Amino acid sequence: MALDQSFVGRTYPPSRPYEVGREKIREFAEAIGDGNPAYTDVEAAQALGHPDVIAPPTFVFSLTFREAERVVRDPKLGLDWGRVVHGDQKFAYRRPVRAGDLLSVGSTIESIRSMAGNEILDIRGDVLDEAGETVVTVHCKLVARAVETPEGE
Amino acid sequence: MTARVGYDDVEPGTELPARSFPVDRERLVRYAGASGDFNPIHWNERFAKSVGLPDVIAHGMFTMAEAARVVTDWTGDPGALVQYGVRFTKPVVVPDDEGAVIEVAGKVAKKLDDEARTVQVDLTVTSAGTKVLGMSRAVVKLG
Repeated sequence: MALDQSFVGRTYPPSRPYEVGREKIREFAEAIGDGNPAYTDVEAAQALGHPDVIAPPTFVFSLTFREAERVVRDPKLGLDWGRVVHGDQKFAYRRPVRAGDLLSVGSTIESIRSMAGNEILDIRGDVLDEAGETVVTVHCKLVARAVETPEGE
Repeated sequence: MTARVGYDDVEPGTELPARSFPVDRERLVRYAGASGDFNPIHWNERFAKSVGLPDVIAHGMFTMAEAARVVTDWTGDPGALVQYGVRFTKPVVVPDDEGAVIEVAGKVAKKLDDEARTVQVDLTVTSAGTKVLGMSRAVVKLG
């Protein structure tokens, strides 16, 4: 079933803000095995010019994807969530995410295309700090694979 | 932001130190917990095979996080990253016993802006001889 094109350009307002904590950053850095002291040592982060420890570059994906999920699970869009795979992922940073940030994510469906039976969705996440300044813009391409039809059909 | 690599010290073709990142099931469980992505294809072999995968596969975002380390370890300051994007082309298959290894190489593709001191770094990311990320590119601001 083709997706509802009227969803292109639709914006979903931010849900409750996410408070970035030092220990959550530490947990994430340890999970990816990254010992860069800028993630765990306040003094090391400050020596690089950051006010507090910063998060690894892909940390913010957890926040934006939770929001994107809200969008693509909208039953009116008509997406079969079970067929969705992650196609592309891109981050554009104005500054690194850091401990103490209170972040809000607004999501926008930028495009919906059909290619060889696959449905391709581009979703933008705008991550803003408490002052309303952009911290990072996150682009996520999701692909809903074509439904496989039995042979001969 | 204070990258320890100087803009004037690199040229197109300058190689970043290559790295190998081992990944096993325990690592994927830890990543699931830290990231909140509990899709069972990343930890349940029976489920992964039932949906047509060869075995448990790593989270794409885990692979993307490991690949970024070649860039952030090079600059020293992860805050020097201006842009980072990848295409997920093939999964990293993680068998129960021996796990897998993600191999990452990078080189400066071009110098973008003399004033902003930004360069584009292209990454090559493979596992078991297969390219797992495509269009893997970072823009970094050098010192």
